[in-house]
Amino acid sequence: MAAPRRRNLLLPGIALAAAVALPFVDSRLPQEWQLSQPVVDVFVYAILGLALNVLTGFTGLLNLGVAAFAALGVYAFAISTCDIYPFQLGFWGGLCAALLTGAVAGLALGAPTLRVRGDYLAIVTLGFGEIVKDVLVNLEPITKGTQGINPLPKPSLFGQDLGATGQYLLILGILLAVVVACRSLERSRIGHAWISIREDELASRAMGIQPDRTKMRAFATCAALAALAGALMASRLSSSGEPNNYDFQLSILALCIVIVGGMGSIRGVLLGALVMVGFNSILLEKLTRAIGTPDAPMPDALAHAQGLEKVGVFLRSWAQNVLVNPTNWKFLLFGLALVLMMIFRPQGFLPPVGEHEDPPKDADGAKGKGAAA
Amino acid sequence: MLRAAAAAENLAIAVLGQAGAVLPAFGADGQLSGQEVFSQQLVTGLSNGMIIALIAIGYTMVYGIIELINFAHGDLCMLGAFLALTIVGALGMAEWSGVGGVGGVVLLLFSAAVFCGGLNWSIDRLAYRPLRKASKLSLLVSAIGASFILVNLGLFWGGLPMDVFAGGGSSAAPKDFPALVSNRDVLTLGDVRWTLNDLLVLAVTVPLMVALTVLVKFTKLGKAMRAVAQNPTAAQLMGIDVDRVIGSTFFIGGALGGFATVVYSLYNNTISFQMGYRMGMDAFIAAVLGGIGNLPGAVLGGLLIGVVRSMSDQYVEARWTNAVVFGILILILVFRPSGLLGAKLREKV
Repeated sequence: MAAPRRRNLLLPGIALAAAVALPFVDSRLPQEWQLSQPVVDVFVYAILGLALNVLTGFTGLLNLGVAAFAALGVYAFAISTCDIYPFQLGFWGGLCAALLTGAVAGLALGAPTLRVRGDYLAIVTLGFGEIVKDVLVNLEPITKGTQGINPLPKPSLFGQDLGATGQYLLILGILLAVVVACRSLERSRIGHAWISIREDELASRAMGIQPDRTKMRAFATCAALAALAGALMASRLSSSGEPNNYDFQLSILALCIVIVGGMGSIRGVLLGALVMVGFNSILLEKLTRAIGTPDAPMPDALAHAQGLEKVGVFLRSWAQNVLVNPTNWKFLLFGLALVLMMIFRPQGFLPPVGEHEDPPKDADGAKGKGAAA
Repeated sequence: MLRAAAAAENLAIAVLGQAGAVLPAFGADGQLSGQEVFSQQLVTGLSNGMIIALIAIGYTMVYGIIELINFAHGDLCMLGAFLALTIVGALGMAEWSGVGGVGGVVLLLFSAAVFCGGLNWSIDRLAYRPLRKASKLSLLVSAIGASFILVNLGLFWGGLPMDVFAGGGSSAAPKDFPALVSNRDVLTLGDVRWTLNDLLVLAVTVPLMVALTVLVKFTKLGKAMRAVAQNPTAAQLMGIDVDRVIGSTFFIGGALGGFATVVYSLYNNTISFQMGYRMGMDAFIAAVLGGIGNLPGAVLGGLLIGVVRSMSDQYVEARWTNAVVFGILILILVFRPSGLLGAKLREKV
């Protein structure tokens, strides 16, 4: 056991050292090569992925509405900190408000859905996400509708303004705290109960685990962590943004992060966040900036071209206007990630290891994961 | 599905009977403009409801046979609408009139149906068939992935440099769908006015529902579909080619969606690459409301959702309509997961 354990710590150690060193190296690079701001996005989305991982990875309850929990965190943070409201709790007070709101929302959604199973549960969570989004848009007097609430406090420590590098390290620190919390939960009684529910609800009930209470805890934890991620997003933007930012697409991004990395695996979720957010907000954006936007919507050449030439002009104009724009490929990326992972590697790139060792090569991803008993 | 196929044959008659009988009754004593508004909303709701129902059948057939919420179904329909608009643009169909116009609409209906059917069959082949033995959640996740791929194809498609797509300037913007079928009133029952479009909806959806009922109830393929829905293993042992039957189900469900999406585009006159999500959700909610896996249920659910939508637009506020519809979905799933017409299912252990 000792040897694999040390190897397990080596890679995360290197990754952590690289993450800490990044802003210091980064500041010496030319502007267009700087990565530390998008990497903070990776950290925030990693927290969102870890949140979803508690419910979907550990407990096996598919949640398609995790963006709603994030949105509630965003608005809890915004309302408790913005100076147009009476609370003005500051950055840390706002984070606590978000965690609390998230936990309450998780319990509120969890309670009625205990009797819904499998794909029906997934649809209920999806519906919940849509309703939360609509309510936030429509409750204009409180949420300012699509205008968003701003300004919001930036990440700070003891009332000190931290600057870009300090904020980077602070959010990295929060991510580490979340990782440690998830790791401890996974190894605790609660975590074992979650995993046993995922593997076989009936059997775990027979072993004395109360499924309802266990699931409620998973819902509350997932929602609180997702709300934390939302609060950090809002703080970084210094605005709540508009409610439509926290839509189904965000929920699916979180799901992609968990699935690409490996459901139920904390290391996997971190890798998944790096891959998915790296593609989405680093690679695609840098590419878009490098390529630039096309100038003419439709060249007049099409009208003048003849015969086969016309087809060529038609296709070239299409490619110039649509295909060349990397952000137009985003959905395709998410979609392919999900379908290909399900077919070829349902357990993800870094499936859980250790106590929940995989049985070798099982075709059935969900059942093959981890024999807890 | 098909478990309740016996009741299916009554569905179209029941639906039509309801529409025909209820509306004049409201119209007859409708001196108040409030009542006119109500009955006019009812007609709009029922027309949209019939379209939703046709899409919902695609969901419910697939769920009945492989227990998959085919998330990509709505986006498949979206692509059908884009195909129809491309054909309209390529043939200059907006100028056609008279017999040519009717022929044009028929051409659109059938090409979209074949396209959507074939595409649905291919999606099953590529994204779902490799997962037949995997868990249901893997299948659902794959379907969500397929849905996103289709949305992206729609985004690409909307950027084609054609006049009907506004020259491809902004591929994401909603596109106008020319009103090939006029919105003029052709029939007045009491105070309720039916436009040619309303009649088109009925003329397309009702025969299709009847045909589907006949197919499921009386043909060999229909029998095989019901057998596979009941027990795939036993069906295979009886010599039924299960994969072929599932493929046919996808084709038929997709084709119905193709018909529906053309009618939808003609009725609502605007399409966008994102419309699949909402159309799909409405249809899915309809299928769940009626009892998923149940064909008459899907039709009943579709009509109810269509009516609820238009009533909520009128009497609540349009911006709350989505929340109302999703609220209904959650209440149904939590308190009566088998839907209005569905049989009570025991959870398999």
